[in-house]
Amino acid sequence: MSTTEIALRPVPQVVAHEVIVPRETKRWVDWLTTTDHKKIGILYLVTTFVFFMLGGVEALLMRVQLGVPNNTLLSSEHYNELLTMHGTTMVFLFVVPIMAGFGNYFVPLMIGARDMAFPRLNALSFWLLLLGGIVFYMTLFFHPPEAGWWSYPPLSSITYSPSGGQDAWIFLIHITGISSLVGAINFYATIVNMRAPGMSWGRLPLFVWAILIYAILLIIALPPVAAAVTMLLTDRHFGTHFFDPTAHGSPVLWQHLFWFFGHPEVYIMILPGFGIISEVIPVFSRKPIFGYKAIAASTAVIAFLATLVWAHHMFAAPVPIVVLGFFMLSSFLIGVPTGVKIFNWIATLWRGSIQMTAALYFALGFIALFVLGGITGIFLATFPVDWQLNDTYFVVAHFHYTLVGGAVFTIFCGIYYWFPKITGRMMNETVGKVSFWFMFIGFNMTFFVQHALGLSGMPRRIYTYAPNLGWSTYNLISTIGSFILAVGILITVVNVVRSLHHGKVAGPDPWKGNTLEWFTTSPPPVNNFDEVPRVRSVEPMRDIRRQIERQTGVTQKTGGSEQFARV
Amino acid sequence: MLVLAASLILAPSALANFITPKSGGSPNADQIASLYKIILYVAAVVFVIVEGALIYSIYRFRAKKSAVAAQIHGNTRLEIGWTVAAALILVVLTVVTFVKLPGIINPPNSNANGYLAASLSAPEPPNGKEFTVCVTGRQYIWRYTYGAQCVNNAFNSRLPYSYQEMTVPVGTTVKLVIQSTDVVHSWWVPSLGGKVDAVPGYTTYTWFKIPHTGLWHGQCAQLCGRNHAAMTALVHAIPADEYAAWLSNQSALISAANAQVTQLRRILILNGNL
Repeated sequence: MSTTEIALRPVPQVVAHEVIVPRETKRWVDWLTTTDHKKIGILYLVTTFVFFMLGGVEALLMRVQLGVPNNTLLSSEHYNELLTMHGTTMVFLFVVPIMAGFGNYFVPLMIGARDMAFPRLNALSFWLLLLGGIVFYMTLFFHPPEAGWWSYPPLSSITYSPSGGQDAWIFLIHITGISSLVGAINFYATIVNMRAPGMSWGRLPLFVWAILIYAILLIIALPPVAAAVTMLLTDRHFGTHFFDPTAHGSPVLWQHLFWFFGHPEVYIMILPGFGIISEVIPVFSRKPIFGYKAIAASTAVIAFLATLVWAHHMFAAPVPIVVLGFFMLSSFLIGVPTGVKIFNWIATLWRGSIQMTAALYFALGFIALFVLGGITGIFLATFPVDWQLNDTYFVVAHFHYTLVGGAVFTIFCGIYYWFPKITGRMMNETVGKVSFWFMFIGFNMTFFVQHALGLSGMPRRIYTYAPNLGWSTYNLISTIGSFILAVGILITVVNVVRSLHHGKVAGPDPWKGNTLEWFTTSPPPVNNFDEVPRVRSVEPMRDIRRQIERQTGVTQKTGGSEQFARV
Repeated sequence: MLVLAASLILAPSALANFITPKSGGSPNADQIASLYKIILYVAAVVFVIVEGALIYSIYRFRAKKSAVAAQIHGNTRLEIGWTVAAALILVVLTVVTFVKLPGIINPPNSNANGYLAASLSAPEPPNGKEFTVCVTGRQYIWRYTYGAQCVNNAFNSRLPYSYQEMTVPVGTTVKLVIQSTDVVHSWWVPSLGGKVDAVPGYTTYTWFKIPHTGLWHGQCAQLCGRNHAAMTALVHAIPADEYAAWLSNQSALISAANAQVTQLRRILILNGNL
């Protein structure tokens, strides 16, 4: 089919064709050698979800241990190992890379590109991620690290953590760091250079904006932590004293370097989630996003401020009051663009025609929970109040509201929204909603009461506590809640596995989507598009539907709405 | 949720401890709790408005009730409005924080009948009279050395000391000089104020002034190793006029114990066991 034919076609339709190449290698070899961004995206999504399940089991073990006072199920050594594994896994092996997974699959599709800018580099970044995860999890057979996911020296020094687990943790940061850096450069190059004709910066889908800023933040934040863990490694084995107070080194230097990475990391984890929400809410409100420019701009402002707030993790450390004041103000400031986003999402729902799909359930649940996570952030940013709340369960509750209520709910939103595109089949909507309610209720039971635990004086990272401190009831509620949350997650896992073969066929555009990934078949062919349409707005698919309606006089139903509306 | 609601209703007396930080042991803890409450009121209003708008729009604008979506792309005035509103709330909270700050970081004078001693370094009450205790963190116990000379050497052998339980005089501004000999610890007794990290190589300070006799519980708040959970602290406040006697009694107990150890050591050496 020549280009002229397509250009002359009166009505736009899906233009993509599977190129059938006779299979020369076995299927599993294909997965190992692939440089197709969609296959790499799936590898990312599946691998990181496995790490999510591992991190979840670690969390459940800790919750069981804390369910009753003076519990002897786990030793303090194993508890410290679990808390280190849980935090490290969730941050480095789940939330950050799963966002790269969504980005890998959907950035090229949404900008109308045929692949990432550097396909082989893309494969490298996935295999490095897996390698980093394997290096880290191999410590299960030896001595897992036990100094916490931020590994403050001197506790993480050779004197107090002599086992190789700490070194494995360092190598995990190195390896997954290179993986993320390589991936970030790839995203940046792809988004800057490979957009469809007509897709100016003002027409870039908000998810792609989020991935662009995510990539820039990774490029800014990873080198300092790579330097810091290298210094820790040389302190441990090669006789340097960067963080060694007995030789005029400074443990506080580590805290600055680590949190200079650590706080941008928080936004690295949540910004792509914001992007997913900004795509899903307009689609199911049948309404354009409210304040496109404000949402895109607030993403950039958050990223800028994210590099200026790191010492709010160190309000109790030896830092002068004037510095604390600065970091309180910068942390307050970051609340403004975040608030703007939330107002814009709600305004997008306002006067819409809302279709309550499972993906939208997760998007709305995310907003509801993230609001609370943001508000508790204001308490913690007020440094005198933080002196009471820092390092308690209040903080644990706060960041789980932003990371589980926030990032994990957006990830589930993305799974329900994009599963039909990735597999060509619909997931079961009812089961999705049941999963949502289990997760939402379980989550609040687990973490809402932890605010109270922190306020009543329970520090984080203790493996057990005495019965007379008034913490027992809340801990028990929290433990029960964590299992309800886990059941909710398992329901979605079952839904995914079942829908792979039994889901209804989705067709190219089951949701009446706005962005270009819905222009091609589900799943997309290797080359994504035979012909990329010219982009005239931030919602190219809506423009195309309108054009079809004008030319044919037939109102376009959603490609598959009848399929999910019946459920 | 039901369990939570039930437990909240059944234990109303305990409720105060679960919605605000602990206080009542020292003016700085009280000031932090009152700052927290101000933020809590503002936060509650914001929370109700935002969640209310969210729930209302989900309820009101379902496809069933609202078949046609309004094609609005934005509203610059509205957007500037809520950006400024959010910023203003934060300006107010900043002002309140800095108004409250002096009461949290600056210690007041000791009562006239407090146990007084001269001070060496910050933080100082206006008249410079306070009692100094050096707090030394190590895996997994807190050591307290009593007296201003401890600032130069927390292990000064002439000063009385104790482990885990600190005894202090009532009505007296007590300055804590906090150090660590190994890893990072964090000193925290919730009712007596916020936490302060004990970082090896650094000296940090805090203070409290306990209004009446009593016992306060706290524990190390920074992961310090396997027995982190066991690194608890107790602060025991006794009447100021009994305090001098307590100090000399503690010194006497330490000397007696030292003498016993010396004797035991001598016996062990004589018997060839050491």
